[in-house]
Amino acid sequence: MSSVSVNLDFVGREYPANAPYSVGREKIREFAAATGSTHPAHHDVATARGLGYPDVIAPPTFAVIVAQRAEAQYIEDPSAGIDFSRVVHADERFTHVRPIIAGDELVTVLTVVSITQRSGLSMITTRCDIHALSSRAADAHAGGDDAPAPELVSTVLSTLAVRGEGL
Amino acid sequence: MSATVGRPDLASLSVGDVVGTVSVPVDRARLVRYAGASGDFNPIHWNDAVATDVGLPGVIAHGMFTMGAAVALVGDWAGDPGAIVDYQTRFSRPVPVPARGETHVEVVATVGAIEPDTRTVRVDLTVTHDGARVLGKSQVRVAL
Repeated sequence: MSSVSVNLDFVGREYPANAPYSVGREKIREFAAATGSTHPAHHDVATARGLGYPDVIAPPTFAVIVAQRAEAQYIEDPSAGIDFSRVVHADERFTHVRPIIAGDELVTVLTVVSITQRSGLSMITTRCDIHALSSRAADAHAGGDDAPAPELVSTVLSTLAVRGEGL
Repeated sequence: MSATVGRPDLASLSVGDVVGTVSVPVDRARLVRYAGASGDFNPIHWNDAVATDVGLPGVIAHGMFTMGAAVALVGDWAGDPGAIVDYQTRFSRPVPVPARGETHVEVVATVGAIEPDTRTVRVDLTVTHDGARVLGKSQVRVAL
């Protein structure tokens, strides 16, 4: 009956930065509304500016949208051996250097941190390091010879639990 | 960040202080809305047949919906949701969501630790449904 099993060879694998995710003001408002995040800094540009941000800021868990896209490179790879119908989300952690802001162009470097197996359960932990390519600060430097270095904005640690056959 | 209006005063906080409480309504429409907003279209969050096929009692809320909804009051309390520098949780139990009507997730946020050196407060969230915890070790670090 054993069909697919999680491939341990992926531990330590790092994926190159993916295609940029463009953070839209309306997407932030939509996500904020869907999570009941009514603070005006998510919705109103003037309020966000009053707090010192160039545009509306994303709620703290918005980064999951960006992280999910990067994680798909691994999770949807058939050779990774992850049967998604047997997956449950176990843990999630967001660490923010600054909030994600409308106008950010974000690229993500995905790392498969660990896969541990016990009693038929595989625990898979991934890390997404989300960098801004062109923050407003970088725009201000446009025209210079050097492209600005990507700026680390957020790190997302996610752990999935995959049930083995018969569990 | 120069604006300090409405920010909690670090010196006046004590461990155990209740920062806020909220009862979050959850129904199928809110899950569909979260699916669209987040891009998480896993059918266990909107299709009973698929949910029961994989051994669930029926449609359950996205863990990330609960995580996202539970933290909003902390950003309000801080006066700036961008002051949240770290937020972690464990998904302990699913939240079943009925086909009709709505259910509720109860959130109590308390001060768990105060670090004057870094001007950081750890806010602990107790998140329950039907009296049982659905999120575990749910901690929010706020830079004040």
